[in-house]
Amino acid sequence: MSAVFGIFLLTLMLITAIAVVRTRNLFVATTLMGIFSLLLASNFFLLDAADVALTEAAVGAGISTVLFLSALSLTAEQEKPGHRGRLVALAVVLVTTLALLHATLDSPLLGDINAPVHQHVAPWYIDNTPLAIDVPNVVTAVLASFRGFDTLGEVFVVFTAGIGVMFLLAHYPQKPPHQPHHGLRHYLIQRLVGRTVIPFILLFGFYVQFHGDFGPGGGFQAGTLIAAGIILFALLEGPNSAIKVIPSGVLKGMVAGGALLYGGVGVATMLLGGTFLDYSVLSSDPVAGQHLGILLIELGVGITVTGVLLSIFFAFASRKHF
Amino acid sequence: MEYLGLYNYWIAVVLLMTGFYAVVAKRNMVKKLIGLSLFQAAVFLMYITMGKVDGGTAPIYTAAGGEQIFSNPLPQVLILTAIVVGISTTALGLAIVVRTKEEYGTIEEDEIQQIDEHTSGGQQ
Repeated sequence: MSAVFGIFLLTLMLITAIAVVRTRNLFVATTLMGIFSLLLASNFFLLDAADVALTEAAVGAGISTVLFLSALSLTAEQEKPGHRGRLVALAVVLVTTLALLHATLDSPLLGDINAPVHQHVAPWYIDNTPLAIDVPNVVTAVLASFRGFDTLGEVFVVFTAGIGVMFLLAHYPQKPPHQPHHGLRHYLIQRLVGRTVIPFILLFGFYVQFHGDFGPGGGFQAGTLIAAGIILFALLEGPNSAIKVIPSGVLKGMVAGGALLYGGVGVATMLLGGTFLDYSVLSSDPVAGQHLGILLIELGVGITVTGVLLSIFFAFASRKHF
Repeated sequence: MEYLGLYNYWIAVVLLMTGFYAVVAKRNMVKKLIGLSLFQAAVFLMYITMGKVDGGTAPIYTAAGGEQIFSNPLPQVLILTAIVVGISTTALGLAIVVRTKEEYGTIEEDEIQQIDEHTSGGQQ
């Protein structure tokens, strides 16, 4: 049954993707991308990837759509007609598609337990998570502890991207200061529904942050959820009211502070005599040390992701009202 | 019927190439970024498909215990972080597009090229 449902969702995704590329109206394309992300998230859920589904739903359908819309309001809503070299591009794409489709014929079928990908380190991670780290969620254990160094790198990529956006949109070339913007304050229904929903989004964000060891969740998901909640507030009340809630100084502190907290945990473990990001030395009991380390670095991830996504949003939003 | 097990890969391939087409054939820079997002999504789908195990569940130990089959957690970890990194880099791209619009007054690639040629021709 779930196989049929999966095929249905995948086909819908394909149709949406083609519609996204074909439409000339960028506003429509952005909205369709939101639908595409939601379909993709449902698909991840079918494929047993609960953590990934949560992230994709919050990022793809929520934050990505808002960012694209705010960029569109600063650029152009309509794509200009006519393209050169379309046939060449189509030919290249067709040939590559056929080559790749041919290559898939050798891939293991969906769900095959003997596929090469399941023979390598993954069984070791699954078997050793209860022994070494003792958190129920294997994804969190791998993300935060076994491959903590990788995740540190990812956090710094997010951090760098945030800094890049701030630099690019920091100065205002010739535009006069914009008039105050009041969001959707005059739209009663949106405002009422939004204000009711926001506390629950934030609460769910914190739940996902601190329950990530036990169920699907963690810093990345929580960061995007909390950022989405605050962005919704900014859309309803205008970015200026949102900046009053979280001043830009606090945001900058969050962007740097989360990454520092993560790196700091690594340095602390080294000072206590362990290797970089080996949380076992944080407490007299190695497993308790792992728990503490995961809690701290997930907190660091959550703070940086929230900070970066909000800074990016405010950088776009304060450029011109939308 | 056996080939139905490859359907996820086929869709991933076609999505990948749909995104790629938007990147190479479209001249609007926002559209190119949307194409890049599609390309990314296709890669995500392929990784998560690889991690699925028949009869498996999400890799979370439950209190019930007993023998449980888990899907592969490793691709999930990789893609989970990749999604958040992806949105950050897309935002960086959008910021560059916004700055381009402010400097050139357009986000169509060929028009930008024309303006560049015009200004460099004037200097020579």
